[in-house]
Amino acid sequence: MPQIFRPGANAYARIVLVCLVTVPVISILVVYVVMGSSFVTGQNVFVDQSPPFSHQHHVGALGIGCKMCHVSVEKSAFAGLPTTHVCMTCHSQIWTNAPMLAPVRASMAEDKPLKWRRVNNLPDYVFFDHSAHVKNGVGCSSCHGAVDTMPLMEQAKPLTMSWCLSCHEAPEKMLRPEDQIYNLHWSPPKDQEEKGKALIAHYAIDPKHLIDCSVCHR
Amino acid sequence: MRAALFLVLFAALGLAGCGDGDMADQPSLRDQEASDIWGIGTSVRPLPEGAIAQIAPATEAALAVPPPVSEALLHRGQEDFETFCAPCHGFAGDGDGIIVQRGFSPPPSYHSPRLRAAPASHFIDVITNGFGAMYSFADRVTPEERWAIVAYIRALQLSREASLAEFPEASEKLR
Ligand code: HEC
Ligand code: HEC
Ligand code: HEC
Ligand code: HEC
Ligand code: HEC
Ligand code: HEC
Repeated sequence: MPQIFRPGANAYARIVLVCLVTVPVISILVVYVVMGSSFVTGQNVFVDQSPPFSHQHHVGALGIGCKMCHVSVEKSAFAGLPTTHVCMTCHSQIWTNAPMLAPVRASMAEDKPLKWRRVNNLPDYVFFDHSAHVKNGVGCSSCHGAVDTMPLMEQAKPLTMSWCLSCHEAPEKMLRPEDQIYNLHWSPPKDQEEKGKALIAHYAIDPKHLIDCSVCHR
Repeated sequence: MRAALFLVLFAALGLAGCGDGDMADQPSLRDQEASDIWGIGTSVRPLPEGAIAQIAPATEAALAVPPPVSEALLHRGQEDFETFCAPCHGFAGDGDGIIVQRGFSPPPSYHSPRLRAAPASHFIDVITNGFGAMYSFADRVTPEERWAIVAYIRALQLSREASLAEFPEASEKLR
């Protein structure tokens, strides 16, 4: 009876054994990298709007504060996107004939609200609250980047669960005093560690519960 | 047999979970979400004609009585003034803000004799209902914030007419 396995089969067997270990590891790595890439998270993708709205122009050059347009950012979970009335506060007299602003005028004339395409958009099964962050020492730029340099809005951070948790696990690294919340170019000072601990006490934050699932999934 | 039944039931439950349910986009509507429920492309419901906000009486009551002035109130007033009013009225209230420099019609200075003499209720009224070319800010500034802003405007006005005699400590420091 001839032998079933020829000597070369040993090599195949070794290759199969190696593959049994490496293929799953490599596939997991690939999936991990792809899921964290901006292709999946939507990070750094500019979103066109109608009308085209520039934070670089309005915030950077004109210095208008966020709350003029995002009225409820300190008061509720939802930051609020501006209505036609808000744009018309200034554009009733400025650039009144600009084609770029035609959608605002049409919205006014037809009494139909402006429609803004969402840039940062969490899945509906995640609960997020602006007021809880903005009133407790987390500034806009920690999550939205330097919007005053953006001609069109982009999602500045991955907004994945691990990104949220990276701060919830150690908020003291990112906390600011009240007068720095709207500073879009804030970076942690050298003594952030001490300052952060003092700020946790100042805002009465209880870091122990911040990584409970029920904080974000209710 | 029992085990097989359980398996089938379990599989059926699992399959029921698939369907058209995308958990990331649930049928419940979020604030200002794109939706055709009202026929205008957004989840924001247009107000039925003649609707009055539930908080209208509370708003009216809060606007009727001025709150006591405190340092905290002035700080809040400064923040809100600088966000909502300074773009046109300027940081010192002279009516020369950046939007005016870009072509908006110039508002009167808060330091004019007429606006110095105007009662606080006039400022509240202008913020609430707008005035000429100036739009209403009732949608952006709560009654408490309106009072804080007016208190800060009063502080701005005072800063131009204060005399050293009124602040003996300050004249002490100058010597
Ligand atoms: C003059 C009005 C105006 C001002 C002032 C303003 N914004 Fe905006 N903002 C808008 C409009 C309109 C949109 C929606 C269009 C877009 O996404 O670009 C928007 C969108 C955004 C978004 C993305 C929303 C989404 O869909 O995820 C962020 C984040 C944001 N603004 C942050 C800020 C911050 C931070 C400031 C203050 C530094 C600020 N904005 C000031 C008008 C304004
Ligand atoms: C506080 C006043 C103010 C508000 C509110 C405001 N704008 Fe403007 N906007 C300006 C001024 C001033 C300019 C012109 C800037 C210049 O001349 O350099 C401008 C310019 C523009 C332009 C043309 C230049 C550019 O940025 O590309 C567009 C488009 C525009 N605004 C859209 C909007 C929209 C949409 C809204 C409402 C969400 C809005 N603006 C709200 C003051 C305002
Ligand atoms: C802790 C992170 C964080 C901070 C701080 C933060 N945001 Fe956001 N913002 C988000 C996330 C996440 C979303 C998307 C929310 C969703 O899809 O439900 C968002 C959405 C928005 C939107 C779209 C409307 C909405 O509420 O969904 C605006 C406008 C906005 N942010 C403005 C601001 C401004 C202005 C500030 C500072 C005063 C700020 N944000 C601070 C994380 C943050
Ligand atoms: C830069 C830091 C930071 C980031 C990033 C951050 N958070 Fe938070 N978050 C905080 C802090 C600090 C608190 C505690 C506030 C308090 O004590 O009330 C908090 C509280 C919360 C709460 C509790 C609110 C309440 O009502 O009790 C929720 C929900 C939440 N975060 C969701 C999120 C989600 C979802 C993300 C990611 C999209 C996120 N956070 C990203 C710092 C952060
Ligand atoms: C700080 C807020 C926060 C906390 C705390 C949190 N999550 Fe999440 N979770 C998120 C966000 C944000 C997403 C959406 C991520 C995305 O879209 O990529 C998410 C997504 C998920 C998903 C779906 C993952 C997917 O890829 O579809 C699961 C499952 C989940 N979380 C389970 C948990 C469990 C279990 C816990 C407790 C151990 C927990 N989460 C705690 C913010 C949080
Ligand atoms: C978009 C520019 C703009 C903004 C923002 C603005 N105003 Fe005005 N305001 C004006 C103009 C223009 C006038 C003059 C109106 C007229 O006479 O037609 C005016 C007039 C006034 C007057 C004088 C009314 C009178 O009796 O003559 C007061 C008081 C006033 N504004 C208060 C405020 C306060 C408080 C805020 C902030 C909540 C504010 N304004 C924000 C443009 C603005």
